[in-house]
Formats: sequence, C-alpha cells, structure tokens
Amino acid sequence: MNRATAKGRAPVLDETDRALINMLQGDFPLLRNPFADVAVRLGIEQEEVIDRLQRLLDQRVLTRFGPMFQIERIGGAFCLAAIGVPEADFERVAAEVNAFAEVAHNYRRDHALNMWFVLATEAPQGIAATARQIEIATGLPVFLFPKEREYFVEMKLEA
Amino acid sequence: MAAHRENPASQDASNVSATPGVSCDEAIERRIIVATQGGLPLVPEPWDEVAREVGLPVDELFCRIRVMLERGVIRRIGVVPNHYAIGYTANGMSVWDVADECVDAVGEFIGALDAVTHCYRRPRRLPDWPYNLFAMVHGRSHDEVRQQISDIADRIAARFPGACRSREVLFSSAILKKTGLRIGGAAGNVQQRE
Repeated sequence: MNRATAKGRAPVLDETDRALINMLQGDFPLLRNPFADVAVRLGIEQEEVIDRLQRLLDQRVLTRFGPMFQIERIGGAFCLAAIGVPEADFERVAAEVNAFAEVAHNYRRDHALNMWFVLATEAPQGIAATARQIEIATGLPVFLFPKEREYFVEMKLEA
Repeated sequence: MAAHRENPASQDASNVSATPGVSCDEAIERRIIVATQGGLPLVPEPWDEVAREVGLPVDELFCRIRVMLERGVIRRIGVVPNHYAIGYTANGMSVWDVADECVDAVGEFIGALDAVTHCYRRPRRLPDWPYNLFAMVHGRSHDEVRQQISDIADRIAARFPGACRSREVLFSSAILKKTGLRIGGAAGNVQQRE
C-alpha cells in the first residue's frame, strides 16, 4: 500500500519548544509587546520566542498561530462533511475538495467514508451550496454532519 | 487611520466601509477576522501591525478583541499544534449510536473525560451512518486510543445501561489540508484602510 501516512520524521522538540507550545495553547496576551511577556515567563529573550515560533510553524509542528474563530457567532457556519472515495480516485478527489477555500481542514480516515473535512462559510446557507459544488466537482455524494450540540471539553494537548 | 471611537455603540457608521445590511460592529469584527485568520505577524509588536491593517488604534483593537473573546467569536488566541508532530500520532474519531433520549447525558459524561478533546452530537445518516455522538480521542498509538475508547464504552455501559447500541473508531491516516477558516471574497472590499 502506498498511501501517504501521517507519520514520518517528526522534528525534534526541546524542552523550551514544548514549554512554549503548552503556554501558547491558551491565552496569547493582548499587550503591545506580547512576545516579551512570553519570553519573561519562559526565561528566554523575546527574539528567541519569535524565532522558535517561526521555526515551529515552518516545520509544521504548529499549523497556526493567532485567534481561533467561531464563525457561527457572527452568522457563519462550520460543518463536518464526509465522502466515501473510491481508492483509485483518492488523490484526484482530495485535490478537488482541497481546492475549495471553504474547506478548512481535511483528513483521510480508515472507513468506507474515508475523507472527512470541515466546511467554513460566512453564511449558514453556504454550507449546503458548497457541499453541492463539491458533489458536482467530484461526482460523489457529500454527507453533511452539522453540529447539533457541543459538549464541554478541555481542548489542550500536552506537548 | 479611523480615529476616536471611544464607544463602539455610538460609532458613526459613515466612517466604516461596511457591507450593506451589516452593522458597523460586525463590519469591524469581520475586518479583524480577515486580518488575522492567516495568523499573527511574528514581529515584536504584532497587534500594532494588525491594528494598522484593520484601521483601528491598537487600544480599540484590544477592546474589540476582548469583546469577541467574551462573546465567543474568538474561542482563544494562541498556537494550534499539529498533533502528529507533538507525539499524538493516533487520532481516533470515536462514533457512537446512542439512544436519542440519553445522548445528551452521555455526551456530557464523555466530554468530561480526559482522553476526549472534542465531543459533539450530530445527525445520523441512515442507512449509511447510524452514529449520533462523535468524540475525538488523541493518543500516542492506535492501541492506546482503542484502549481509551474501550474504557469509555465500559463507563457508558455502567452509567447508562443499554444506551449505546454500537460504536466504531475512525483513525486518521493523513492530514490532507489544515488551513483553518478563510473568509474573503465579498470581504475583500472591507479590507482596505483609509
């Protein structure tokens, strides 16, 4: 089997990288010099904080740094969606789905429904419209799994 | 630079290039989202740069962002780790077919467990998909995640006998895309600053 795996060489993280990642999963300060504040808490220089963040983003250890939005709160919508993609067509369909700006992220999963992605649109009706466009582009049915209710979780991973 | 707006509620809408039909506050929030959705600049004063792009004094930007945090428009500000790169190589989406009358109780129960990082109720898609409860479980191996899910199943069975009819776990085997939210399009015309 030659499908892409999620594993591969993971970059080596030192203690300071891990402390930085753990510290910044919560509340990046609303201060004029926020990196200086983070630097003091970590016991390193501000320049080093910035350099480490840049490296961790470049290495894709971090996929984002900034505010995380709940677009529902300003009238937009998120929706989980899935497609059962024939194995032979997987790469083509992945490229077609990923080409939509509304696709915020997309995972391959081991199941008959093997492609799971999240749509983010500025208006709720954009979800169904985008799903329809993806069906037209891929020739495959899109199953939508809107969030009916979210249960409280603590959303942190210890690095 | 758009100047002196002490009180957001009393703002003069003529100052803001708002989208028609959208309130002034919403237009400003939208500009903040567009300016930061790709990430904060890695410079010593990142918020000053954002404030310049949005066209607000930095103090007002802070006020706006605090309001957005309080309202939940911004969930949090910080980093998003690639969970593979920090050692959580197994990412299991556990899905459960739970009787409708107790799905919320079961959801609250398992959402509170340490192993679970997200927990949602979603519609079934019968006949293809009988599951109505989704709980993400991260771990350092598939076996560890399977064990955690098996423990969760035992706890559900003990607490809510007969409520859960079946379950599956879907492991992710590749990240195909992970860019996060991107609004834009019609937003393009509210990006420019005076």
